[in-house]
Amino acid sequence: MYPSRFRYEAPHTVAEAIRLLAAGGDNAKVLAGGQSLVPLMKLRFAAPELVVDINNLPGLSYHRADPDGTLRIGALCRHADLERSALLAGTQPTMAAAAPLIADPIVRNRGTLVGSLCHADPQGDWASVVLSLGGSVVAEGPDGRRSIPMTDFVTGPFQNLLAPDEIAVEAVIPAAQGERRGGYLKLERRVGDFATVGVAVSLETAGEVVRRAGIALTGVGASTIAASAAAAALTGHSLTAESIAAAASAAAEAARPRTDHRGSAEYKRHMVATFVERILTRCSAEPAERAA
Amino acid sequence: MQRRAGGKGGLIMTIVYSDREDEAAAQVPMRRIKFTVNGEKKIAEVEPRLLLAHLIRQGLRLTGTHTGCDTTNCGACTVLVDGQAVKSCTMLAVQVDGHEIQTVEGLASASELHPLQEGFREEHGLQCGFCTPGMMLAAKALLDRNPDPTEEEVRWALSGNLCRCTGYQNIVKSVLWAAAKLRAQAPAD
Repeated sequence: MYPSRFRYEAPHTVAEAIRLLAAGGDNAKVLAGGQSLVPLMKLRFAAPELVVDINNLPGLSYHRADPDGTLRIGALCRHADLERSALLAGTQPTMAAAAPLIADPIVRNRGTLVGSLCHADPQGDWASVVLSLGGSVVAEGPDGRRSIPMTDFVTGPFQNLLAPDEIAVEAVIPAAQGERRGGYLKLERRVGDFATVGVAVSLETAGEVVRRAGIALTGVGASTIAASAAAAALTGHSLTAESIAAAASAAAEAARPRTDHRGSAEYKRHMVATFVERILTRCSAEPAERAA
Repeated sequence: MQRRAGGKGGLIMTIVYSDREDEAAAQVPMRRIKFTVNGEKKIAEVEPRLLLAHLIRQGLRLTGTHTGCDTTNCGACTVLVDGQAVKSCTMLAVQVDGHEIQTVEGLASASELHPLQEGFREEHGLQCGFCTPGMMLAAKALLDRNPDPTEEEVRWALSGNLCRCTGYQNIVKSVLWAAAKLRAQAPAD
């Protein structure tokens, strides 16, 4: 298989990339890691007339924390960079748990977190993780930069809010109010398969009290689902058997699974509750920033 | 595709397309790329939609790189680009401009097998052999980064490579064998 014919540009500045995209209109695509776009183009599900390869743009491979704790992940930061990151291992338990579960090790060498958010696959793992952390995407276009909260960024399956002449240049995770706990669990039939069910839980705690909670679900709806009621069941409380059970059941209720070859809707809903309970139980037993 | 000899021993690859007299073809500029494969410098003229796997197999005639699933699952087409394992069916050939590729043909020297190849022979790490080149290059990327991996780390590093003979036990043993040999060979410092 090979893609249909396209023009290819590999600019060296973001400004040049934006100009190319503006001229390319609706039929232009940005190529970062290419681990979703290239297969889609080979299958002819995507047939862009122009591909703007951003791999030559300098200075986008970073992931770093600002002095206040805000985490920034550049558009060319690969999954493998995050998997091996001491910064994430020490400060971002949900992200550190998710990174090794993305696709497979070879795909992780190329694929990017920001690209995964833009691709907006309902079964993509990073969208849930970033949603649970209250993150956002920074888009750069001809008029400069704007920040788009993850809650608004994905507008439907494989659709996002970016204008045709905008590039997602980084993802931003706000600093924690307190200590971070959390985790990501994924049920997959084998390594590299899409998630049957994925659950991201991100907590910010002060002492035993949860000050902020985010719970998001992968693969159990037409888009990533923010389980807000489940998160609300935890906020302002400590993690007890009762609050954990309430959050697990609210998350299961928020899921919109469909029966398919990966499992029945009932089974997937059950796994959502199980995963929420499992992550929260681990969070309650382990010191902050160590739970997986 | 065909290739012809360039000046001073270098090869310039020329890719021949069917002329369907479509306007789109006339509008797509070919791109000249320079890259290194197994230590040799190359120049190629490619259409942007050419995949790296096709450049390697048809353009360079390095058929040790296999294409299996062609959908980014199986890892048979794994090669190293700047030392990193990538699935060559999921990367455009134009993207290796200025980069270094290593394929399975680059493992052995003229007289000696690479320890990974020896390991696969010693530990019976291949049955049909289709997945073997991808397995060895994924393993090489691991051993370059981590010369003394645990069995679990080997399994994890190879989890993007499928063996449909299901000979995983011996593949893992082969990689551990190679790791031990490479450590024994490494100059003490």
